[in-house]
Amino acid sequence: MSQPKEIFVRLDRCVGCHTCEIACAVEHSQSKTLFSAISEHPVPKYRLYVEWVPPDQKLSILCRHCEDAPCVHACISGAISRTPEGVVITDEDKCIGCWTCVMVCPYGVIGRHLETHKAYRCDRCPDLDVPACVSACPTNALVYRTVEEFSVDRRQVAATEMLAGKGG
Amino acid sequence: MEYSEDILNKSIDPATQEMLARMKELGIETIWDRLEAMQPQCGFGELGVCCRNCTQGPCRIDPFGEGPQLGVCGATADTIVARNLLRMTAAGAAAHSDHGRDIAHTLLETGLGKTEGYEIKDEAKLMALAAEYGIETEGLSKEEIAVKVARVAYAEFGAQEGPLHFLGRVPKARMEKWEKAGLVPRGIDREIVECMHRTHIGVDHDYVNLTLHGLRTSISDGWGGSMIATEFSDVLFGTPKPLRSLSNLGTLKRDEVNIVLHGHEPTLSEMIVAAANDPELIALAKKLGAKGINLVGMCCTGNEILMRQGVALAGNFLQQELAIATGAVEAMIVDVQCIMPAIVNVANCFHTKIISTSPKAKFPGATHIEFHEEHAYTIAKQIVKEAVENYRARNKGRVHIPDVTMELMAGFSVEAIVAALGGSLDPLLNAIKSGDIKGLAGVVGCNNVKVKHDYGHVKLVENLIKENVLVVNTGCNAIACAKAGLLLPEAAEKAGEGLKGVCKALGIPPVLHMGSCVDCSRILVALAAVANALGVDISDLPVAGAAPEWMSEKAVSIGSYFVASGVYTILGTVPPVLGSKAVTELLTDGAEAVVGAKFGVATDPDEMSRLMIEHIEKKRESLGI
Repeated sequence: MSQPKEIFVRLDRCVGCHTCEIACAVEHSQSKTLFSAISEHPVPKYRLYVEWVPPDQKLSILCRHCEDAPCVHACISGAISRTPEGVVITDEDKCIGCWTCVMVCPYGVIGRHLETHKAYRCDRCPDLDVPACVSACPTNALVYRTVEEFSVDRRQVAATEMLAGKGG
Repeated sequence: MEYSEDILNKSIDPATQEMLARMKELGIETIWDRLEAMQPQCGFGELGVCCRNCTQGPCRIDPFGEGPQLGVCGATADTIVARNLLRMTAAGAAAHSDHGRDIAHTLLETGLGKTEGYEIKDEAKLMALAAEYGIETEGLSKEEIAVKVARVAYAEFGAQEGPLHFLGRVPKARMEKWEKAGLVPRGIDREIVECMHRTHIGVDHDYVNLTLHGLRTSISDGWGGSMIATEFSDVLFGTPKPLRSLSNLGTLKRDEVNIVLHGHEPTLSEMIVAAANDPELIALAKKLGAKGINLVGMCCTGNEILMRQGVALAGNFLQQELAIATGAVEAMIVDVQCIMPAIVNVANCFHTKIISTSPKAKFPGATHIEFHEEHAYTIAKQIVKEAVENYRARNKGRVHIPDVTMELMAGFSVEAIVAALGGSLDPLLNAIKSGDIKGLAGVVGCNNVKVKHDYGHVKLVENLIKENVLVVNTGCNAIACAKAGLLLPEAAEKAGEGLKGVCKALGIPPVLHMGSCVDCSRILVALAAVANALGVDISDLPVAGAAPEWMSEKAVSIGSYFVASGVYTILGTVPPVLGSKAVTELLTDGAEAVVGAKFGVATDPDEMSRLMIEHIEKKRESLGI
């Protein structure tokens, strides 16, 4: 079985421009265009968040779609499930807005929509081949890869650094 | 020829399509490739809600309401959007007005006998300007008068109290509106400086106050700097008269030295035209195996030398890289504005020399031969010689010139239009009253790589003339229309019956080319003349404006002075203001209560023409015609 892709964040790349947030909200709007999306109701919501770690570090945080997701276990109305592709989703019809998922999520990436009274989160952009945030990221801080692909890159970097250390 | 969907979506112009295919084959990057690589572009910037005016920022307002709604200083989205727009207006007005200053400088130096190669070609216009400026001319030579006229114009830039002399041309009702709203400019430079002051951290935060100052600044451009540029260019180089020429990339010649003149100011280009006719240089070209020297224009410099000298137009803004990629250009000579630094990269793939000439505008990788009026002809000859000598380096095997040209008629200054009408505006006014001509439209502005090249320009103009709207145009729109054959008297066949009849009777095209982008001031003069003849305000006239493919800050200033002057103006690409509902509403609605006109935004040319014609019909109704 082929490995599913994940949205990975390259920790040293984020410049804090918030472009991923804009792209996410537009992709989750009715019109899918920025100029119209900003006037829509319900207000389109972005589902990833650029966090700032003082003094100068920035990082985009989003749902990890955990294999053993605390939110799936915690949801008392059975609204949260996992698709065959491995995406953790919230069924809006079943969500009762108790915010239990918010309490158990270790990343704090589940939002509350004040107009729909439902919980929302990253859905990996089911209509797109590559999620909107990944396509939008101007520095390629966000990448859409399998764990294996991502790890190979990490190993390459680690190996290079180790050998450089040996030489020096 | 058949092209991919991808190329057909980029441009409607066959020469452009052919060169895009050619450049793809050669693996040379174009502006379209860079736009694609730049996607997606920053949404905060697109909405105008990003502020970098102090280093406590950059700040941006979250358009979805979740993140910050105030900048670090407390600026709202309304303040930030209005400040950013004002800075765009300032830059646009500065570009036009500095161009005007340069022309005034040339006239001054020419009057003082310090220039080489220039003369006063339109003495009648010089005398008319002297009269308008209240200069006593009795017993003075034309050079002495030129000095006095140029000094008055110089003083307009530094004026502190105003009003500018050309505001005497503004209809009375319009001046009253401006006085009431505090929109009368006090000086050309002063308004631009004040834009920068107001947008500094902690100064003007009221979006209405900021936007009104933008209108005042734009008036100092349209009725000030740009008008000086136009009028003084006419004095020095002659007021344009109708003439015929050719357009598009097929004007480049396989067996001649090709020189492309690109940029804006006629001070340089007029001298290059003269130098290219120098027998000594033509002989040199022939000695090197070329049949002669072929000069073509691009962008507004192209319009300037077309209008006065009949020099062929190679193309508009989006064709500058393509011209070089023909492999047939010995030199592209540039001065200021709308010249992409990327032309140097394309030139590096060929033998082409990019020759920059302005001390204000240098291009890394280009050859810089600085142009000064004192030695204008000598320098122009040196530049042309560089080009001619470079013919030896041309690789004839790589030459690829699209066999695409179109005839055109241009040269419609206000004076030329009046002459075509038989010496007075009456035939035009009568045609408007009778309904043969439904109204007038000024269609101007740039190319913008974000929209299909020339499509909005050509489609909108075709729609308008079909509905009996006489079109006047400038800048890249005029070049787009030239290439589409709309600047020919024969294009009257594409017009509605009424307009067709008028064009045929007068032997004019239904689309009148009035010049470069500073020559939008000619449109203001024409509108004022029509309004004054009818005893009404410009905002009462059945007229509308449009910039279907605009992109530059100059276009922001032009659009603003048209609206400030009372002309409903449609923007074909969305300005970076949507991040503030208040500013958007002010521009597209509230402005009407202040200046009797507003902006419209429509990206589809059919929608643009519908809005313009609806407006024109409403105005006809109000006038009772």
